[in-house]
Amino acid sequence: MARNLLELVNISKSFGEDLVLDDLNLEIREQEFLTLLGPSGCGKTTTLRIIGGFEVPDTGKVIFEGRDITQVPANRRNLNTVFQNYALFEHMNVEENIAFGLRISNKSDAYIRDKIRYALKLVNLEGFEKRKPRSLSGGQRQRIAIARAIVNEPRLLLLDEPLGALDLKLRQDMQYELIRLKEELGITFVYVTHDQDEALTMSDKIVVMNQGYIQQMGTPEDIYNEPENAFVADFIGDSNILDGIMIEDRLVEILGHRFECVDEGFWNHVPVDVVIRPEDVVIKEPGQGMIDGLVTSLLFRGVHYEMDVMAGGYEWLVHSTVGVAEGTKVSISVIPFNIQIMHKPESEDEMAVAAEDL
Amino acid sequence: MVKKRGIFGRIYILIICLLMYAPLFLLVVCSFNASKQRSIWGGFTLHWYTDMFRDEEVIRAVTTSLTLTTAAALTAAVIGTLVSLGMTTMKRRSKALVTITSNIPLLNADIVTGISIMLLFAHFLSLGYTSVYIAHVTLGLPYVILNVSPRIMGMDKNIYEAALDLGAGPLYAFRKVVLPEIFPGIAAGFFYAFTISMDDFVVTYFSKGPGMNTISTMLYQQLRRGINPEMYALSTLLFLAIILLLGIANRVSMSGKEVTGT
Repeated sequence: MARNLLELVNISKSFGEDLVLDDLNLEIREQEFLTLLGPSGCGKTTTLRIIGGFEVPDTGKVIFEGRDITQVPANRRNLNTVFQNYALFEHMNVEENIAFGLRISNKSDAYIRDKIRYALKLVNLEGFEKRKPRSLSGGQRQRIAIARAIVNEPRLLLLDEPLGALDLKLRQDMQYELIRLKEELGITFVYVTHDQDEALTMSDKIVVMNQGYIQQMGTPEDIYNEPENAFVADFIGDSNILDGIMIEDRLVEILGHRFECVDEGFWNHVPVDVVIRPEDVVIKEPGQGMIDGLVTSLLFRGVHYEMDVMAGGYEWLVHSTVGVAEGTKVSISVIPFNIQIMHKPESEDEMAVAAEDL
Repeated sequence: MVKKRGIFGRIYILIICLLMYAPLFLLVVCSFNASKQRSIWGGFTLHWYTDMFRDEEVIRAVTTSLTLTTAAALTAAVIGTLVSLGMTTMKRRSKALVTITSNIPLLNADIVTGISIMLLFAHFLSLGYTSVYIAHVTLGLPYVILNVSPRIMGMDKNIYEAALDLGAGPLYAFRKVVLPEIFPGIAAGFFYAFTISMDDFVVTYFSKGPGMNTISTMLYQQLRRGINPEMYALSTLLFLAIILLLGIANRVSMSGKEVTGT
C-alpha cells in the first residue's frame, strides 16, 4: 500500500459566522487521483486552498510528506496549483509564464529551456513559446497553466475546477489528457469539481462533500453503486430515492410492496432510504413485474430512452435502451442486487443535506 | 430630413468649435505677432518666445511648476495605487466611503478646497512650496484612483496567488505580476494628475503664500500689471504641453500593451 502523501487532520475553517469546514479528516496517497466533489459552497475549494497554503485553517493540521506545513506559506510548499481561470500572466508570453517558477528557484538557462520544451510537448503545444496568453483559446490556456505548474516537478498538483470554462467536447478530451499526464508524470492529483462525470471518469478516489462535511469517500464504483446516503445518491447520477421499511435482513418494503435485497444488519422494521438507479429498473409486461404502472413520458436521450413510470404512487425514473410509448401499461421490477439501502439521516446537518434540492 | 439634420449638426459643431477654440487660436496668433497691439498684425516673430526664456521670473515659475507638478503627481500615483489596492480587500460600505472621500477634491469647488487648505496651513505650517505640494497631491489623487481601480477590478485575482504558488515571495509576486498588470492605469493616473496640477490656478493661488509662483499664478500677476505678449507665448506653450500630456494619458489608459511589454 502506498504511503500517505498528504493528511488533513481535524481541519475546521470559518469565514465570519459561516462554518465552511467542520472537523475534516482526509488522507491522500501517493500517485492517487483524488477528486473533491460537491455542489458550490460545500467546502471543496476551501479545502484545496488550505492544502495550497492560501488559507490557514482555524484548527487542525496539514501534514505533507510527514511534515506539518499548516503555517508554511504557499510559496514554500512543494506543490503547485492550476487555477480555475488559469491565472496566466498576460503580460508575459507562454515561455516566460512557464519559466516563472523555474527562474525563482534559480535554475540554469539551459535547464529552463529544456523544461519548457518538454512541458510544451507534454501538453501538445510545441512551438507556442512566443505566443501571448491573450492569443490562445481556452483549451490552450488551460494546457499552458498545467505546463506552468508541472515544470516545477511538484509532488502534488492541485486543480481547481480546471475544465469548468471549456465546452463539452474539449472538456472530455482534456479529461483523457489529464489522466495521461498523471500516468506519465507519476504525481498526485487533487482535483476539485462539481461535475460528477469528470469525477467518475478520472478519479481513483472520490470524496463527496456537502456543507463542510465529507459525505462519502471511495472509488467511483463505490460511490456510484453504493451511495451511503440520499445526498450522495442524488448528487451522483440520477436516482430513484424512496422511503422504505426494512422488514428483516434482505427484505425491504417499498410503496407497500416487498422487495428482496442484499443488505443486512439493519434493525427490523426500521425506516430506511432506498436508492434504485434508473438503469436498474426493468420494464415488463403488466402483471409480470412487482408493481404495475403506466408510462407517463418517454424521452429519447441518445444512449438510452428516459421514461417516467407511475407505479405504486411514485413516479419512477427509468433508463432503458428500449422505449415504451407514453400511456402504455407496464410492470416494473428490480433485481435484489440493484437495491441500495441507506440509513435515514440522523443529525440535522445530514437532514439539511438530504433536503437540499439539487 | 436626414440630410437637413446633417447640415444643422455640422453647423452646431462648427459653432461649438468656434466658441471653444477661437480664443485659443487668437492666443496662439498673438504669441507670434510682432506688434504689441492685439488688433494689429505686425508680422510674424519668435521674439516673445526668446524673450520669455530670458525672463528670470518666467524661468523660476516654470521650474517651480515642473518640479512641483512632477513631485505631486508621483506622490499621488504612489498613494493612489496603494489606496486602490487596499480598497480591493474592503467591504462594500467602507469601499464606498473611501471612494467618496477621495473624490471630494474632484467634485468640490476649487475655491473652497483652496481656501480650506489655506486656512489649515496658515495655522499649522507656513504657506509655501510644501503646502502647495500637499494641495496638489490631493488634487491629483482621485484621478489616480479612478484610473487604477478599474485595472485592479479587471485583473484576474488569482494571478497574485499563482505567483506565490510558483514560489514567489509576496513582494516579488507584486512587482513581477500585479504591477505590470495595473501599470497602464498608474501611468494614466500620473499623467492626469500631472495635467491637473499643471493646470491649477485657484487652489495654488490660495495655498502658495507670497514669494512663490507657478506658471499659472505668475501669468495672473503679470496680466494684472499689464499685457505682455511674452505671456501669450508662455500660455501657448502651456496649452500645447497639456494637450500633449492628455494625449499621452489617453493613449496609455486605452491600450496597455505597449507600456507593459517587458
